[in-house]
Amino acid sequence: MSDITKSQTEAIPSNRLMEFVRREIGQVFALAGLIALFAFFSFMQPAFYSWLNISNGILMSTAVVGLLALGITFVIITGGIDLSVGTNMTLCAVIVGHYVVGWKLPLWSGLVIGMGFGAFVGALNGFMIAFLRLPPFIATLASMKACQGLALVLSHLAPIIFADVKGWSSIAQGNLIGSIPNGALILFFAAIIASVILNRTVLGRYTFALGSNFEATKLSGVKVNRWLIAIYALCGVFVGLGAVVLTSRLGAAQPDLGLGYELQAIAAAIIGGTSLSGGKGSIWGTMIGALIISVLTNGLQVLQVQQEWQYVVVGVVIVIAVYTDNIRRRRAGES
Amino acid sequence: MSDTQLLLVEGVNKEFPGVKALIDMKFDLKAGEVHALIGENGAGKSTLMKILSGIYEKDSGTIQYKGKEVVVSNPLEAHHLGISIIHQELNLMPHLTVAQNIFIGREPRRASKIFLNDIRLNKMAQELLEELDLKLNPKQRVGELTIARQQMVEIAKAVSYRGEVIIMDEPTSSLTPKESAALFKIIKNLKKSGKGVIFISHRLEELNQISDRVTVIRDGEYVSTLNMEETSIPEIISLMVGRKISQDQRPENRQSHHEVVLKVEGLSTPTLLQDVSFELRKGEILGFAGLIGAGRTELARAIIGADPRSAGKIFVDGRESNIKDPADSVKVGIGYLSEDRKKFGLMLGQNVTFNVILASIPKFINKIGFFKGKPAKEITKHYIDTLRIKTPSERQFIKNLSGGNQQKVVIAKWLTEDCDILIFDEPTRGIDVGAKDEIYRLLEKLASEGKSIIMISSELPEVLRMSDRIAVMCEGRLTGIVDNKDASQQVIMEYATKYRN
Repeated sequence: MSDITKSQTEAIPSNRLMEFVRREIGQVFALAGLIALFAFFSFMQPAFYSWLNISNGILMSTAVVGLLALGITFVIITGGIDLSVGTNMTLCAVIVGHYVVGWKLPLWSGLVIGMGFGAFVGALNGFMIAFLRLPPFIATLASMKACQGLALVLSHLAPIIFADVKGWSSIAQGNLIGSIPNGALILFFAAIIASVILNRTVLGRYTFALGSNFEATKLSGVKVNRWLIAIYALCGVFVGLGAVVLTSRLGAAQPDLGLGYELQAIAAAIIGGTSLSGGKGSIWGTMIGALIISVLTNGLQVLQVQQEWQYVVVGVVIVIAVYTDNIRRRRAGES
Repeated sequence: MSDTQLLLVEGVNKEFPGVKALIDMKFDLKAGEVHALIGENGAGKSTLMKILSGIYEKDSGTIQYKGKEVVVSNPLEAHHLGISIIHQELNLMPHLTVAQNIFIGREPRRASKIFLNDIRLNKMAQELLEELDLKLNPKQRVGELTIARQQMVEIAKAVSYRGEVIIMDEPTSSLTPKESAALFKIIKNLKKSGKGVIFISHRLEELNQISDRVTVIRDGEYVSTLNMEETSIPEIISLMVGRKISQDQRPENRQSHHEVVLKVEGLSTPTLLQDVSFELRKGEILGFAGLIGAGRTELARAIIGADPRSAGKIFVDGRESNIKDPADSVKVGIGYLSEDRKKFGLMLGQNVTFNVILASIPKFINKIGFFKGKPAKEITKHYIDTLRIKTPSERQFIKNLSGGNQQKVVIAKWLTEDCDILIFDEPTRGIDVGAKDEIYRLLEKLASEGKSIIMISSELPEVLRMSDRIAVMCEGRLTGIVDNKDASQQVIMEYATKYRN
C-alpha cells in the first residue's frame, strides 16, 4: 500500500490535445507503427503503394477480420473473451446461404439473417457466462466447436455458391464511393457505429464498468447479467456482418473456413491497445491493430516472403506491441 | 443529535452453512449521529451491514426504516430506501472517471434513453462534489487517484443516493492520519445535515474523535450499546473480547545480542529510496515506523530482491550478499511476510500443509523426485502445535482460517525454511485484538529464540510495544533510529514528518 502517494499527478493538462495524446498515447504509438510499416514497405517495393494493392490487397482483406475484431473488442473490454467468433461466422455464412440461395429470399434479408443469427449465438454465449457462470474462455470454446460442427452438418460439407444471387458479390466487392471497395466502406461505417456505441451509449459505459470492476458494477445496482448477454450479442451482430462480407467476397459460404479468424481478431484488438484484463480498449485502436496485421501480411507477400515466415513476423509484432505498451505504462506509473 | 430513529434492527438471525453468523442481533441508528459498530473479526459486523444493504438476506427478525418495517432484498432496493454502504474493499471502477463512478447505474440519458448525457453527468458530479466540499475533478479517472481520494469518491457516491443512512466499513484502514482527519470532517458535515452514519473500524482510538454511540458485538451476538462519552477504550476492548487485554506492555528485558546479522549500506532504488543504511542484530525486533508512502515496504522488497536496487550493499552475517531475487534472499535466510497475506503470502485455495512447505519444497522431495508426504505432515503438525494455529487439521483450506491464524501459517512457512531473519510487513493488519496479542507474543518468542525480526508497522502503539529499536522513514529516507527507552509517539512523528511541510 505504500506506493499510493508517490508519482501521482492529479493535475490535468489544460490543453485538450495534450490531454488526448496523454490519454490515448497507446493508440498514438500504434498509429505511428502503422505509418512506419507502410513507409517501410513502400520504400522496399513501390508496387506496395499502388492503389490496386491498397484497395484490394490491404483494405479488402482487413474487412472481415476487422468486423470480427470490432465485436470482440467489446467482449475483451468486459474482461471476457470470445473464441467462437470465427466459427460463428462460418455458421452464419452457411445459414445465410441456406436461406438466400436455397429459399431465394431477397438480398437484404441475408443481412438481417446473418446479423440476427450471429447475435443469437452471441447471446447464447452471454447466457452461459452470466447465468451458468461458465468462464468466458470455456463457454466460447464450447460454442466455437459447436458452431464448427453445425456449419459442416447444415451445409452437408459442401460450399454454398452465391453466384445466382443477384448483387450479392457487390455487397463487398462493388464500389459505392469512388474506387474504394464496399467491404472497406462497410468496415469503416461499422467502426463508426461501434465507436458511438462504445463511447456514447449506456451499453458502452457498462462495457467498461464490467471490465473495470465487475463486483462493484453489480453492487451499484446495474443488472450485470443482462448487459453481459447484450454485449456478447452485439459482438455476434458484427460477426454476422462479417459472414455476409466474407460470402460476398468469396462468392460462397465455405463450411470449413472461419476457424482461426478469432485469433486474428483478438490479435488486432490487442495490438490496438485493448487490455485482456478488461476495462481498457478502443475501437480506433482495434482498427489500427487490424490494419497493422493486414499491412504486415500484405507487405511481406509483396516482398515475396514465404507465408510461413509471415506468421512468425505477426507473432513477433504482437509481442513487441504488447511489451512496448507495458513498458510505457510502467513508466507512466500506471498499475 | 435528534431523536428521529432512522433504523431499528431487532431479533435478526443469519446462518451460513455450519456457522451462526448473527444471533438475535439488535441495533439502532438515529438521525444526525455517528454510531460505531465494534467487534473482533468474525463477530458479524460485516454480515449485519450486508443484510442492511441488501447483499445478504436475513433468516429472521425485523428491520425498520423510519418506523416502517422494510425488506431489503438487493442493493438497488437498499439505495431506493436510502441506505448506502461504503465497502471495506473500495468498490470503484478504476478505468472510469469520478463522475462516471458516482452515477454508475443512474447515468443521465438523452431523450432516446440509449445515449448518455455526459455533459449533464459531469455537471451533476461537479455540483455534488462542491456541496460536499471535496476537491476532485469529475473527469479524472479514478485509477489515477490516491486511495484517500478514491474513498472520497465512494463517499460522494453514497451521498448521491440521497439516503439517510450511510454505512462505512473500515473507511480509515488504508488512510494516513491526515487523510483520516479529512474524512472525519466530511463525516461531521454529514452528521450536521441529519444523516445517520454507521462506522466500523478496527482503530479504536478513532472512536473518541468521531462516534456518538458505540455498539459492541461478539461472536454474532449483541453485547452492549454505550454512549461514547460515558465509556473508555479499555472498557470497549474488554467487551469485545470478553476478557481483559493489556494494551501497552513494553517488551520485557530481552537479551538482544550485539552480533549484527543483517547490514544494509546506502541502499537506493530508482524510484523512491535514497541512501538507506541500518543494522539488524541477532535476537532483536527492529521496528520500522513512518507514514504510508515513506518507503518501508519498498525497502523490504528491495532488500529481498523483489524490486531493483540502484545502489547499496547488503551484508548477511558479515558477508556481502548479492541478492538478485527473492529466491536468493530465501537462500541466505531472509523471509518476507507481506502486508497483503492473501495476495503475496498464501495460497488460499490450498491446505495448511501445502502453504507451510511452500518455500521449502526441495526439502520434501526424495531422490527420485517424489514428494515426501509424511515429513511435510509432521512439520506442519509441529507448527500447528507450537504456533497454536487454530485449525481442525493440517488439511484445512487456508481460506477457512481467520486472519490471525493465516498469519501464523505464513510464519510457519518461513520457519520451515529456517529463515533467521524475518521481515514482517504490517503483521497485524486485519487481525482482531485478541489474535494481535497472540501474534505479539509469538514475535517476542521468536526473537528470544534468536531470530532477528524487522517489523514494519503503521500503528505506533504496536511499534512502541514491540520494538527494541525503532527506525523511522520519511519520503524514502531513513530519518532516525531510536532506542525503545528513548522513543515516544512524538519523537517518532517528528522523524516521520521530517521532510514534509
